[in-house]
Amino acid sequence: MSADEQELELELDLELPLEAAGGPPQPVRRYEHGSRVPGWDEAVDLEKDPAEIPDPASTEVPAQLREQIETQMANYPDRRSAALPALAAAQRVHGWCSPEAIEQVACVMRVTPAYLESVASFYDMLETTRVGRHSVYVCTNISCSLRGADALYETVLRAAAGDPEFNVRSFECLGACDIAPMASVDGVYVGPLRTEDVPRLLEDVRAGGPVLADLQLARRLVADPRANSREYPQHPPEHAGGPAEGSS
Amino acid sequence: MAAVAAPQLLLLTDIDEPGLCTREVYERRGGYESLRRALAMEPGEVLAQIKASGLRGRGGAGFAMGTKVSFLPQGSMDKYLVCNADESEPGTFKDRELMQKTPHMLIEGIVIASYAAQTSRAFLYIRGEYVLQADVLDAALAEAREAGYVGEDILGSGHSLSLVVHRGAGAYICGEETGLLDSLEGKRGNPRLKPPFPAVQGLYQGPTLINNVETLSTVPAIIRLGGEQYAQLGVETSTGTKLVSVSGHVERPGNYEIELGIPSREIIYGLAGGPPRGRGVKCWFPGGSSSPVLTADELDVPYDFDSLGKAGSMLGSGAIIVVDDATPIVDVAMKVAKFYRHESCGKCTPCREGTNWTVKMLERIDCGEATPMDLEIMASVQEHIIGNCLCVLGDAMAMPIGSMVAKFREEFEAHIEAARVRRGLGETPGPRTGGA
Repeated sequence: MSADEQELELELDLELPLEAAGGPPQPVRRYEHGSRVPGWDEAVDLEKDPAEIPDPASTEVPAQLREQIETQMANYPDRRSAALPALAAAQRVHGWCSPEAIEQVACVMRVTPAYLESVASFYDMLETTRVGRHSVYVCTNISCSLRGADALYETVLRAAAGDPEFNVRSFECLGACDIAPMASVDGVYVGPLRTEDVPRLLEDVRAGGPVLADLQLARRLVADPRANSREYPQHPPEHAGGPAEGSS
Repeated sequence: MAAVAAPQLLLLTDIDEPGLCTREVYERRGGYESLRRALAMEPGEVLAQIKASGLRGRGGAGFAMGTKVSFLPQGSMDKYLVCNADESEPGTFKDRELMQKTPHMLIEGIVIASYAAQTSRAFLYIRGEYVLQADVLDAALAEAREAGYVGEDILGSGHSLSLVVHRGAGAYICGEETGLLDSLEGKRGNPRLKPPFPAVQGLYQGPTLINNVETLSTVPAIIRLGGEQYAQLGVETSTGTKLVSVSGHVERPGNYEIELGIPSREIIYGLAGGPPRGRGVKCWFPGGSSSPVLTADELDVPYDFDSLGKAGSMLGSGAIIVVDDATPIVDVAMKVAKFYRHESCGKCTPCREGTNWTVKMLERIDCGEATPMDLEIMASVQEHIIGNCLCVLGDAMAMPIGSMVAKFREEFEAHIEAARVRRGLGETPGPRTGGA
């Protein structure tokens, strides 16, 4: 009897409209072949031999890129250590780690494209699909989200929607919780950002000049330098629920 | 017990002085003097000073630096020094400040440490997101090379060091020392099985000393003051000063240099200004999002390695994240769990699956599909992660989530009930122990 009740409950559960749940997880979607990954088996040609180290004679590599990669390789006892800097350099040239970019790096480094593919797919900053030229990483980790990063991310996403120039991503802690909520725009840290700053941010990127010059991390002093030099309060504040304590 | 007088600043002295990142200004205020002094000593003497200082690693594990150095085998072989600048622990931004503002102090520390450990190759692994800081370091390194502080036969001492700044590409796990080594070797950043520890078999299979930016940046001050003098600062088992990154719900988020052992309340309320007016502290992470949370009742715990350990948490990377009483604890848990799910490298099953299931269970709690029994399951999932993986990434989620469930159980239960009611499922049926 109780089992019946439970079954009934389960059925009810499935029929409930999603809104009633207040943003619940979507049921797992599966495709015809049973996998959750669309077309996972389409790209694989099992008959094909694995790609070998590209032939230098038939692979064209931009001279500057080749030089950069070779300089990097000389820095390490093992040339493979240069994989990350080399892929980053190729990404700067091609915009993403395209098959072509990976082939060029593989050619100079004398490793297989598959090896580099495995590396590129591990790291968040290496793009394995075509993306916009300007990256906007909005930090949505704990410290930033406590200060409103989720709303900021939504705003940036909406404002940049439809502009193929932008690659807007929510990113894991960028290590700038003192200017939370913040974003890294083409590698430049800006914050604290209000949602009102977003249009100006995008305009600045489009204009090609410095982004939100007044909010850049580079200009920020260590928080309240006086706090670091003055004496600690002799008597700690009364209790945790009390108003914020000023100086002692 | 706690120091009340103004702290002696070692790391943040003149931190905002314009041009401190250049060699000229750094030398003007006594920079590279410690290096000269160290090179005039025997390597063993330098190591003895570091040991006497009691300096514990500032990256998270808190292992004594002097002991770590002495684990390296003696003799001539390819030994490596790696500076871990992959600062990715949520809430931590102290290394960023040091590298950006006073890069020469770090370089000086690296050279002294390499002399003490007798290594001739050093790598600095900086996270790829720190573009500005890596550029500053590159420029500083060029200056240091030019002045003969880095390179062949440093200042005529016979000690040589090559230093390379290596930029990462965005992966939390590369802050884990063995994951970092794999990444530095040009692979996916998967952690390795320990032992062998990096001190025996690390980078390119050679003995490797890995230290955090702040640890190495402290070394010049230790040589300047003398190890014993440095050990006077702080408390017995946690000597010296520490940079604390305070963030979240506080009036003045930022980096503060404190003498270890002061009450945590003085950091959160005194230095950082506490939560905004009218609100109190619900919980706080004492050492980054990986540390078990402490509550408002535990604000008087002295801020040092052992006191926080005794309180059931850890000092970790020294990142205090304050959560005020207006924030639902389930939201905090969800953010933390989602982060570790994203960053799990997938090598060990308990971590890969455990982080994933924890997020799923939290989502069920949030949308009203859970019963209080799920809290037991969630707690047991956390227990099964801890200690069962190659590295501590899984533990880093399990510890804070476990502590949140333990300390805020009533709120979790209330959240479950409220979500069920919102969803139209009503109160949890029957006794909470029921199986099926």
